Amino acid sequence: MSLDLSIDRGAMTIGEKLGQISWSLVLLITLVASIGFAMLYSAANGHFDPWASRQMLRFGVGLVAMLLIALIDIRFWMKLAYPLYGIVMLLLIGVDLFGNVGKGAQRWIDLGIIQLQPSEIMKVTLVMVLARYFHGATLEDSGRIPFLIPPLLLVGAPVALVLAQPNLGTSLMLVMAAGALFFLSGVRLWKFGVLIAAIIIAVPLTWQFVLHDYQRDRVETFLDPDSDPLGTGYHITQSKIAFGSGGLMGKGFLQGTQSHLNFLPEKQTDFIFTMLAEEFGLVGSLFFLFLYGLLLLYGFIIAGRCRHQFGKLLALGVTVNLFLYLFINVAMIMGLIPVVGVPLPLISYGGTATLGVMIGFGLLLSVHVHRDVRMSRRGMGDL
Amino acid sequence: MSAYDRDAERQRMLSRRTLVLGGMQVAAVSALVGRLYYLQIVERDRYSMLADDNRISLRLVAPPRGQILDRFGVPLAVNEQNFSVTVVSERAGDVRQILDEVGKLVPLTEADERRIQRDLQRSRAFAPITIKENLSWDQVSAIEVNLPDLPGISIDVGQVRSYPFGEALAHVLGYVGAATDKDLEKSDDPLLTLPGFRIGKGGVEKQFDSALRGAAGTQQLEVNAVGRVIRELSRDNGQPGRETTLTLDAKLQHYVHQRLSAEMSAAAVVIDVRTGGIQALCSCPAFDPNQFAVGIGYDAYQALLKDERTPLINKAIAGQYPPGSTFKMITALAALESGIVNADHRVTCSGHIELGSHRFHCWRRGGHGTLDMVGALMNSCDVYFYDLAQRIGMDRIAAMARKFGLGDKVGLELPGERPGLVPDPAWKRRALKAAWHPGETLIASMGQGYVLATPLQLAVMTARLASGHVVQPHLAKSIEGQYREQTEWPRIDVKPENLAVVLKGMNAVTNIPGGTAYKSRITIPGMEMAGKSGSAQVRRISMAERSSGVRKNEDLAWRERDHALFVAFAPVDAPKYACAVFVEHGSSGGGVAGPIARDILLECQMLDAARASVAQQPEPATAPSRPDAGSTGQ
Repeated sequence: MSLDLSIDRGAMTIGEKLGQISWSLVLLITLVASIGFAMLYSAANGHFDPWASRQMLRFGVGLVAMLLIALIDIRFWMKLAYPLYGIVMLLLIGVDLFGNVGKGAQRWIDLGIIQLQPSEIMKVTLVMVLARYFHGATLEDSGRIPFLIPPLLLVGAPVALVLAQPNLGTSLMLVMAAGALFFLSGVRLWKFGVLIAAIIIAVPLTWQFVLHDYQRDRVETFLDPDSDPLGTGYHITQSKIAFGSGGLMGKGFLQGTQSHLNFLPEKQTDFIFTMLAEEFGLVGSLFFLFLYGLLLLYGFIIAGRCRHQFGKLLALGVTVNLFLYLFINVAMIMGLIPVVGVPLPLISYGGTATLGVMIGFGLLLSVHVHRDVRMSRRGMGDL
Repeated sequence: MSAYDRDAERQRMLSRRTLVLGGMQVAAVSALVGRLYYLQIVERDRYSMLADDNRISLRLVAPPRGQILDRFGVPLAVNEQNFSVTVVSERAGDVRQILDEVGKLVPLTEADERRIQRDLQRSRAFAPITIKENLSWDQVSAIEVNLPDLPGISIDVGQVRSYPFGEALAHVLGYVGAATDKDLEKSDDPLLTLPGFRIGKGGVEKQFDSALRGAAGTQQLEVNAVGRVIRELSRDNGQPGRETTLTLDAKLQHYVHQRLSAEMSAAAVVIDVRTGGIQALCSCPAFDPNQFAVGIGYDAYQALLKDERTPLINKAIAGQYPPGSTFKMITALAALESGIVNADHRVTCSGHIELGSHRFHCWRRGGHGTLDMVGALMNSCDVYFYDLAQRIGMDRIAAMARKFGLGDKVGLELPGERPGLVPDPAWKRRALKAAWHPGETLIASMGQGYVLATPLQLAVMTARLASGHVVQPHLAKSIEGQYREQTEWPRIDVKPENLAVVLKGMNAVTNIPGGTAYKSRITIPGMEMAGKSGSAQVRRISMAERSSGVRKNEDLAWRERDHALFVAFAPVDAPKYACAVFVEHGSSGGGVAGPIARDILLECQMLDAARASVAQQPEPATAPSRPDAGSTGQ
């Protein structure tokens, strides 16, 4: 392009980069995370132990990691996309073979300091690798079916491994985030139609041969929640009661009866937004959704301002991931979709999920800092 | 197309599709907001109510059952602490599995399982169900330790009914037990649905159940998801059961029970002749009501049911026996009141009397010679009363018997009282569709044949004879101000001089040498008793046996021996207590029942004397306010 007036951000000093970091976004992230700390404090009946204190520590670590990632050149991350993907795939295989079983599923590897859930890390890694793959793609490329085979395999492999854990929620998120990237890369809509049709055909087969009993129960319970009021449906019923009884203004901090009397299950993880809604009411829930919406908006703005395809796709991918977390979690706990076990990042207690989104935010910030770097079609640029 | 154009086209497409994606996200978040609005505003009231339903558990509070006291305030039925393990089925999840877990800590019998299943079906899911009561400390602590693994399970401190006098008062007090389905049909008291709640099942416990029970209270509790009570929100204790004071004297009752326990099967009633208050009422053998209060085992219950001495039946009020010669006062009074004979009427007893083709024997084969009415009572001469019976007829005898409380329920406040029977020609026509034979009047005149009376009725009869008043027997002295006993009774419709003749005869029985119970007299001056023996045949003596010699009671099986009866009152000069003693198949009224009656009446008066002397002395400061229930005070 002849009229390129941009400066090469790749040549920036650390100080310049720090100046380029969107500190308002960092502040927003910290604010949302702090709401999470408050809810974890409440979930423990007004104690920092066992959840809030540890979550704060993790967030602190995550914050440092995020800033480090942000400062590292985006082209470096682009180069690292495939190797990282390979490493996380190995971890996923490892977790299937040697992982610890939690709640009937093999999900985490005990690394001593942290119980790592590779599937959470895969959410951001998959976005990276797909952004990397589609970075140089023209619309003609995206129109060619042979060109779409490798990325489909890149998606299919981890999805299959996560499904085998079995973790339906994360698999769905991987598929949907990948779908969004395919969509953004210009893949024609009819191809999605064909894929969806294939999935519709595959659903009964999956139901029969792939899904575990407890997963079938969850879907069935969703379709008829009253059929099993003390089983899986009990959680959703109690969650809805917590939402409803919160009303407009809520019952007050530490005053949620549903959560504090333990009617609400998993209140420190998947159902933490329920607790927030019970204690702070509609006003509190809307305020929280507004903050989360702002986070998403930042993602779109950063993508819009980025001048290279990899950055755009990466930023949008991270944002879509964040959105999927929010939507699936909140829709699930309000009884709109089946219980699939997806946490609410920055709020729910959980190490890897926090780490995963902090890495995502780090990449987002890095895209922002390096929005104007020069990149070749092959993506190597001059680092 | 140039690379630039291609790139620009791609950028436009990306922007377009980013916009589409953003729009979808806005739509999705809007759906979430709509759902929030629906849940938190539209459905707010419904969910608030459900949240309160979740956290607020409404429980019935069982009021403490009223105590039962004797006339001096000695507790006869009290409440003691009792630890039990309960389950709330809706919080337990798999109740079956939880019960199995509990069963490992506390052994559950099959009967327990049946009752638990019944309670589970009958109660609402939030109501706690008693799994096992009367836990030992070890069992309580074993369950406490395991509570985190036992959702829905909790330990309750309840109250169990306790009867300090045990068997001695079993028949009077009855016992308490869980409400049956029939009880539930009859009453809509919510307390009955409370698992583990006990209601009166017999005796005073049943008779005064509504007063003793009280009224249910309610308790609002905040509970968490596993049923643990977080705090009490409000509490209404209801109306505690009312304390009920009986006319009984616990010490006397204890004594009577011990005295009767020496016999195979016996009953006795002691009554205050002036007030009608029952001083003691006892039937032996009895059962331990404490076993019933905590739930008696199947085997123990079967043993009680099958015992031929009928320990479950209160023979004092529900046993109907021929009164035998104790009935002769009625025949004598009927004769005197008829004006056909007077006290000087003499009859010569040759040992038997002929009526038609039948011969009626006196109990003394050789006969008594010539006797007047007092002599006839003293010797219990059958022939004399055959003579009276022939002269006055059955209707007069029956009317007099009814005047003294025979032939119908006397109305004591105890369930299960039986009416006895005073036969007359009209009754026989009605009930048996047969004509009255003159010989039956003779048999009835000495309390045999169709005549049946309960020991209670005989005691009432004796009290009315001794006092000359129509005393009504009663057990309740007071029920916390709601009720006070009636102690004044009208004079009985009999001429005093006629009554005096009969009392003189009764005095002769015990206090004149040759009287049938002279051996059983009370020798302490001022405490003498008057009485009348009775031996009631329970088998027919054939002519053949009579000619070959009537077999002695000692030679008969227990079941074939005569019943022994004795009625008495004391002191003779100023009657205070009347007593009826019945010894089932005890053989001899004068020889077996007489000494028991004597001992009982002596004990009554000794207790009074002891209490009077205590009352006269200044009481030491530390003296217990209640007399000790255990000692007999001799």
